[in-house]
Amino acid sequence: MAANDEPIIELRNIVKRFGNVEALSGVTMNVRKGEVLGLLGDNGAGKSTLVKTLAGVHDPDEGEIIVKGKPRKPWTPLAARDAGIETVFQDRALAPQHSIVTNIFMGREITNWLGLTQVRQQIDEANRLMREIGFTSKVFNPESTVGHLSGGERQGVAIARALYNQADVIVLDEPTTALSLTETQKVFRFVEAVKASGRTVIFIGHNIYHVWEIADRFFVIDRGREAFEGEKAQFKGADHLIEMMHQLAETGRADTATLKQPA
Amino acid sequence: MSDATPAAAKPPEADASAVDARREQSTWFRFYRRNGRALNAFITLVLVWGFFAVNNPVLFLNPIFYGAFLFSVPATVFLTTALVFVIVSGELDLAFPSVVGAAGGVFMYMVMNGFPVLGAFGLTLLFGAVIGLGIGLIVVYGRISSLVATLGLNFFILGIVNLLAQGRTITAPAAVDTFGYRLFVGKWELFGTGLQVPMHFVWCLVWTVFCWVLFKYHRFGVRVQLVGDNSDSARQMGINVERIRVGVFVFSGIAAAITGAVLVQMANMVWFPTSGKAYLLIALAALFVGGTPTWGGVGTIFGAFFGALTVTLIPSGAVAAGFAGFWTDFLFGLVIILTMIAHRFSGARVR
Repeated sequence: MAANDEPIIELRNIVKRFGNVEALSGVTMNVRKGEVLGLLGDNGAGKSTLVKTLAGVHDPDEGEIIVKGKPRKPWTPLAARDAGIETVFQDRALAPQHSIVTNIFMGREITNWLGLTQVRQQIDEANRLMREIGFTSKVFNPESTVGHLSGGERQGVAIARALYNQADVIVLDEPTTALSLTETQKVFRFVEAVKASGRTVIFIGHNIYHVWEIADRFFVIDRGREAFEGEKAQFKGADHLIEMMHQLAETGRADTATLKQPA
Repeated sequence: MSDATPAAAKPPEADASAVDARREQSTWFRFYRRNGRALNAFITLVLVWGFFAVNNPVLFLNPIFYGAFLFSVPATVFLTTALVFVIVSGELDLAFPSVVGAAGGVFMYMVMNGFPVLGAFGLTLLFGAVIGLGIGLIVVYGRISSLVATLGLNFFILGIVNLLAQGRTITAPAAVDTFGYRLFVGKWELFGTGLQVPMHFVWCLVWTVFCWVLFKYHRFGVRVQLVGDNSDSARQMGINVERIRVGVFVFSGIAAAITGAVLVQMANMVWFPTSGKAYLLIALAALFVGGTPTWGGVGTIFGAFFGALTVTLIPSGAVAAGFAGFWTDFLFGLVIILTMIAHRFSGARVR
């Protein structure tokens, strides 16, 4: 694949507990520069916890997060964004009573030395980003209220926000859930465009066909641990991947011997 | 069944690539959408004023009436505009009346001991900020509902003030008519119209504009709105939600300190422990009449300003218009309820 082997994010033995529940029990994962990594797993496997850990929302109880070769501690949403990881959350993480531009710059407003927001500059940037991801409707402008937008348009705002600041890694958590077919196609085109620009995408999905279509490599977790991983070329096809995941659900482990040797 | 099945009733999903049936909004409509609540508050003020004025036109043409009105309105303005930040952030502050009393006492204690008025004022603001910080830390890091916590703290702070004051009042007649006093509460005539404008009204205008800039254009104000709208989103985007929440209580404390220091000066340098107690419901009523909704995330500073003017006008205006004093509460309640209904028309909560 186009990806080179240099890891941009390394997770080492990540453990995250919520009270007595261990949501992640020692996940080790490398994300390579320029790849599209598909993150798969059943409900309750720990996908969401892993995403929120990548985004800095959860600080792991044990283990290390290394981004671009540097161990990161403390790990907060701001630290993650500063390290170049932008996340499009499953719930979009928007403020529905506010404008598109306010949402795009949530948490990183363009301000002068007095802390006053640079309204004109933010609107220009928002306009540019909206064009970039194909917001073409005349109905809304950067000052439209997010609460009046459709599900796909809200997703667009969340994606535009992730694009601003040229992040190195974009995490998309279930980006195609509740989207129409055309909107799903748009998300796919977006992922391809990001990949073509040399950046990294982590794509989390329920729909394995969606993930198969878009990802270069797959990382499957089960009950808070890595179950198996493999490059797209190692599988015979999407059905092979699905079969292995069925196996995993039924027996607790997948037969990795059926995978081809990595190229 | 009729043909109005849920599927048929649901409008087709609007997609940017499909034909968009939604119409572009006109400039006027957009302006009302954005400022409707402040406009409603302004219209309420004009209607209330008009209602009183037609009942006693002679008095309502008399500048003395407005001089008295401008004299009493700033205290509510200082408190209400700061409360906008608190309510918009999703919190509630019921402790500010006690901070008003405590700050007034601190201010007067310093003035009585020969501090210049300006210096005492600065230190009083610092005192208000520290008390606000304490309240904020208790609410945010103690994880107590701010309604309950500040209700308790209001009694607690008032209790401490009462214990220290032991029922005494503090006076400092020597400080009347010093430079600082005239700067804060002195009066000047507006272009020979006979209208005496008190300085603290000028300061409350300055304060309102300051609050408006802070609320609308400063990073702090923008983040207060985002935290109040959706605190989970704000946290996920790297905003320090706790710091913002503490910040609104600090701001409220500073506003209460200003009010406390201004109130004692309005009373010619006399302080008694319960000054400020009367403002709890007045300031909250002004806030909601002013159009800031209870659910947080959005609010309006100018609306709060008009709301403060309205609630101050009702008691004096009712008496001036010839209503018996017994009517005041009735009119007060009527105006609050009618404005709440008017605010509904400028938009329910967007989710």
